[in-house]
Amino acid sequence: MTSDPGIWTVLLAIFAGAIRVSTPFLFVSLGECLTEKSGRINLGLEGTLIFGAMSAYATAYGTGSPWLGVLVAGFAGLGLGTLHGLLCNLPRINDVAVGIALMLFGTGLAFFFGKPFIQPAAPRLPGLPLGDWTGNPAIAAALEINPLFFVGAALALLMAWGFKTTRWGLIVRMVGDSAAAARAMGYSLSQVRLICTALGGFLSGIGGSFLSLSYPGSWNEGLSSGQGLIAVALVIFARWNPLRCFIAALLFGGAGALGPALQSIGISQGYYLFNAAPYILTLLIMIASVSPKRSLKDAPSELTITR
Amino acid sequence: MTARLDRWRARSEYVVMPLGALLVSAALFSVFLWALGKSPADFFALIWRGGFGTWFSIQNALLRAAPLILTALCVALPARLGLVIIGGEGALVIGGLACAVISLPIAGVWPAWAVLLVMAVTAALAGGAWIGMVGALRTFRGVNETIAGLLLVYIAVALLNFSVEGPFRDPASQNKPSTFPLPAEAMIGPIPGMEVHWGLIAGVVLAAAYYVLIDHTTVGFAARVTGGNIRAAKAQGLPVGRLVVGFSMLAGAAAGLAGFFEVAAIHGRANASLAAGYGFTGILVAFLARHNPLAILPVALLFGGIAASGGLIQRRLGLPDATVLLMQGVIFVTLLASETLYGRIPFFRPADERSAAR
Repeated sequence: MTSDPGIWTVLLAIFAGAIRVSTPFLFVSLGECLTEKSGRINLGLEGTLIFGAMSAYATAYGTGSPWLGVLVAGFAGLGLGTLHGLLCNLPRINDVAVGIALMLFGTGLAFFFGKPFIQPAAPRLPGLPLGDWTGNPAIAAALEINPLFFVGAALALLMAWGFKTTRWGLIVRMVGDSAAAARAMGYSLSQVRLICTALGGFLSGIGGSFLSLSYPGSWNEGLSSGQGLIAVALVIFARWNPLRCFIAALLFGGAGALGPALQSIGISQGYYLFNAAPYILTLLIMIASVSPKRSLKDAPSELTITR
Repeated sequence: MTARLDRWRARSEYVVMPLGALLVSAALFSVFLWALGKSPADFFALIWRGGFGTWFSIQNALLRAAPLILTALCVALPARLGLVIIGGEGALVIGGLACAVISLPIAGVWPAWAVLLVMAVTAALAGGAWIGMVGALRTFRGVNETIAGLLLVYIAVALLNFSVEGPFRDPASQNKPSTFPLPAEAMIGPIPGMEVHWGLIAGVVLAAAYYVLIDHTTVGFAARVTGGNIRAAKAQGLPVGRLVVGFSMLAGAAAGLAGFFEVAAIHGRANASLAAGYGFTGILVAFLARHNPLAILPVALLFGGIAASGGLIQRRLGLPDATVLLMQGVIFVTLLASETLYGRIPFFRPADERSAAR
């Protein structure tokens, strides 16, 4: 450790960054995982993420309570998710196109109402100081972890368990895998999908609140920059498995932390290229994980995007 | 006679429905403005004044319509093959960046027309390669084209930032890192008698060319068959892969050209202003035009006008600049919701079908 402090600083920064940056990815991908399991895709989660970030920040600024902001962001996402679910339930509506429209709509809403909140500072979500025992300020700072991260991790476990063993999980999977079977059992496809899409929106909204209230921890218009979209692609990489969503989110968090980590030890050459790392990584992983020859294993077969 | 009337009725659906969606979204947005305590009447009057009311504002609208035509073509062409590629913003940025970079060694050395020609070709090729890549990934790897196209937007912007901050930065550009500026004689002037640059003409010509290509040639027919039913197209032995990649490249070339005109006629250099959102508004334009290249022209003018009036709305009504963006979002959502009504309104159906339905 003494021989080359540069490497260790970078590794520590990437590790800390992975935990810090991964939370929004985690929430959006879990939300999208739920939606896609029911056989529908919501590309609008990018807009939901931005709108969630804005509404959380505005609420925290107005009320002084960041946790209330998290809740409001969830309900803002629930609203957008419900809108997506309702529109897609209409006959002959393409869910990919509606997703694009809602991406634009959510972004528009967020920018419109978010203008007055770019300057003022809202109270942030407190982190849990888990590294104080080390006595090393750098490690302590790296281990100051937001409770939402643990909520997300627990949620991944809960969802994995729920899909596997509960009655609700079975219904969602059946609706996503075989519309015919679900209809035969007497379940309403549109109802199940509406609920899954709305809840998916709720989770994405919470992911957005993390962006504005914890890391980077302020509201501005470039805040989300495609993270919601990456999270959608990440679900494909995670093969619709909530636990693998968690691992994938950590991986992408690490990729996102690469640029700032290298900059912290003075490597600023190509900083903007390192900023592109998560997008390039997503693209490469999509190229590697899908194949035109066979349809994707584990994919819900009613899902339009993989057919 | 009735047969002819019926045909017109059936066709009118494709004009009436989008117009209806526009009206509904205007009504929804009016309610929204009214709830905020702003006057909807003032709002729409300002859009009219800022976008279409005077010769000056019409020119302003046309100026903004030019890149919208080109980026909308970038969405419309692949859509006819059944692909939702919405990466036009990325192709525009890459086209603009590539032509600015290639101009660096030749600007001021070669004659101006040669510089511009090389720049235009480079921009079209770069944009074409960018979206062609999306088509190729779809064809050969089965990567979803919508997500891939959008990811490439962020990658394009990162490449632009990297280039203007690093290797191609003009040290004189302090606050806004840019590439070296083009010499004045290598800039594109306005169309004579107007203040609108030649990108508008290029957009109109390209829209017409793409219309002929897709609606009146054999290749275009093959593309439309592919869009209608890809399995049938494959069974017919159509070269689906080549069609997808080829049309994606043509689509990207249009957006790349939009980048060229932004650089050579507006900014005179490549910098962050290239990513001004034309690619994203182009998506809406293409959808509202139902992916018909000719219908894109009036729709692009409409949105050019709305964009041009943004500043006026901001100043007069004290609304944030995102108002236009939000209105676009409302229009897009309403428009897609209206899709569900196609073929379900009896009025548009032929007379015999209507009586049969009764």
